Amino acid sequence: MRTEFLALVAALAVTSAQAAGGGGHGQLQHANNDVSNKASLQRGARNFVNYCLGCHSAKYVRYNRVAADIGITEQQLIDNLMFTGERPHDTIVNAINVDDANRAFGVVPPDLSLVARSRGPDHIYSFLRSFYADPAKATGANNLVLPGTAMPHVLWELQGIQNVVWEGQVDAQGNASKHFKEFELVSPGRMDPHEFDAFVRDTVNFLDYIAEPVQLKRRSLGYRVTAFLIFFTLLAWALKKEFWKDVK
Amino acid sequence: MSTSAETARRSGGRLAALRQWIDDRFPMTKMWKEHAAEYYAPKNFNFWYYFGSLALVVLVLQIVTGIFLTMNYKPSAADAFSSVEYIMRDVEWGWLIRYLHSTGASAFFIVVYLHMFRALLYGSYQKPRELLWIFGFLIYLCLMAEAFFGYLLPWGNMSYWGAQVIVSLFGAIPWIGTSLVEWIRGDYYISDVTLNRFFALHVVALPLALIFLVVAHILALHEVGSNNPDGIEIKKVKGPDGLPLDGIPFHPYYTVKDTVGVGVFLIVFCLIVFFAPEMGGYFLEHANFDPANPLQTPEHIAPVWYFTPFYAILRAVPNKLAGVGLMGAAVVLLAFVPWLDRGKVRSIRYRGPIFKAFLIAFAISFVALGWLGLQPATPGYTNAARVFGIAYFAFFLLMPWYTRIDRTRQPPDRVTYHAH
Repeated sequence: MRTEFLALVAALAVTSAQAAGGGGHGQLQHANNDVSNKASLQRGARNFVNYCLGCHSAKYVRYNRVAADIGITEQQLIDNLMFTGERPHDTIVNAINVDDANRAFGVVPPDLSLVARSRGPDHIYSFLRSFYADPAKATGANNLVLPGTAMPHVLWELQGIQNVVWEGQVDAQGNASKHFKEFELVSPGRMDPHEFDAFVRDTVNFLDYIAEPVQLKRRSLGYRVTAFLIFFTLLAWALKKEFWKDVK
Repeated sequence: MSTSAETARRSGGRLAALRQWIDDRFPMTKMWKEHAAEYYAPKNFNFWYYFGSLALVVLVLQIVTGIFLTMNYKPSAADAFSSVEYIMRDVEWGWLIRYLHSTGASAFFIVVYLHMFRALLYGSYQKPRELLWIFGFLIYLCLMAEAFFGYLLPWGNMSYWGAQVIVSLFGAIPWIGTSLVEWIRGDYYISDVTLNRFFALHVVALPLALIFLVVAHILALHEVGSNNPDGIEIKKVKGPDGLPLDGIPFHPYYTVKDTVGVGVFLIVFCLIVFFAPEMGGYFLEHANFDPANPLQTPEHIAPVWYFTPFYAILRAVPNKLAGVGLMGAAVVLLAFVPWLDRGKVRSIRYRGPIFKAFLIAFAISFVALGWLGLQPATPGYTNAARVFGIAYFAFFLLMPWYTRIDRTRQPPDRVTYHAH
């Protein structure tokens, strides 16, 4: 019986190990964001309203919930994050017109409320860092993580413009193929690469937070619930031992 | 009537009088004795015997959380996805109710699979427990339907395409296939109409059927008595008082023991709910955080893990109709186990090596098929699924033969039990 139980524990361990490594898309870089870092969330919120909200909405997220969770007052919220006359209890939507969006990009930019849950923070982090100059594209930029993306390189001013250095390869059948080797910064932006990575990390952190605003509270509650359940189970176990003394 | 109430009042005070008043009108004490205080269960239950009571706990959890979800969920294609996010963000404790329900769905299958495996280990389906097993089998069928209908309700993209794939399987049935699929969907594609009827089935029809079947399952169990890890009848050896010597009253002995089981279960369950509600995409799939989009499939469509053993069998067969048939057979064969098993003993403890080998191969195949069903169907994986699929079916189809020729040992007269 003990081995049967150990097998179960081992199976669970394997599942959670897989779970921890799941959702990968090959060569994504780790976002290493921390949703409990409120300063980072505040910077991320600023980045989001300045650089994302023009085209993308976060229609399930309420402004005042964000303010409360990232630790700013309602006045700070109104002064710094709300620009178009919304009320604090409104959700984060934008004024982009569907027809305009379709004409400009060919698609309506997706809502970002849940993008960190459907794609994962690493995906967004890598995506935002992987724009490169591509004259063949109407926007002048392509992306390594999402080739052919309709999104222009919105952060070019900050990151600068980078080219991809391709690596040629000829396989056994004699077919030439190219592989990504590295990025080459051809025109520097306002930020150096470290600053830019931190900027993207904060933005991703904010997106991670809005995808599941309750996640911080969820974990802290989880510790207390687990502690109670362990106490309860020990008590039940002691009771069981007492009753089962009669069973010969 | 009034005299018996009088007597009770004199002897035991007001509470006893109330009990007598009820007992004169409803078999409350009689039922309590029959199903708890004087239901004699074998004293040698082990680890595997926790999962029946746990399944009941999860059923109650799903019903209660389901009721609260229904209060805020909107079953329409336009609102369903948003209403789930509304529950997650704006409803007080909505996130907890939703995670309890979504984790509960997976937990239900985990405990039910372990419960079913217990029955295979100890021959709990053998005479006179065939009908008990059949009720359990029907519960499992209802549970699969319940999970399938429920999975469409969040109206995520995986909900949508999962339903699309599974419903279209019925299209493989000759002659009536196409009209049958339209009849199920109520439309030419998975639409608002489909969502509405799946909602009705998920919150009304199947829970009713499940509760009815669970009652029948427990009544049948209490009629024939519980099996045990030794697979022998405790009723055969009775004391002078007419009670089985190896039996103990379910209450308090197993109520208190099962409470410990529930505690341990809840610890694991809550660790998932509070720290990993997505379970790395196995309990809540990543693609389901994108709203349903009839024009764009998710990158990789796979059912939730509890269906994947059967999904792997389906994909392993090149012909669609044959695949659907085999997938159905993989489930339905379970119902025939009481008659396929020709063994002279119940428990694996006294079975011979051939049964043990087949059961182990079966368990490995089931888990392996489950894993393969989650992977993309590469040629290598498909061939692996074929091998494990054959082992899966061999367990059932060869059962009449190997259980008969296997060298079994004589079980003891009394159960194996070491006092703690």
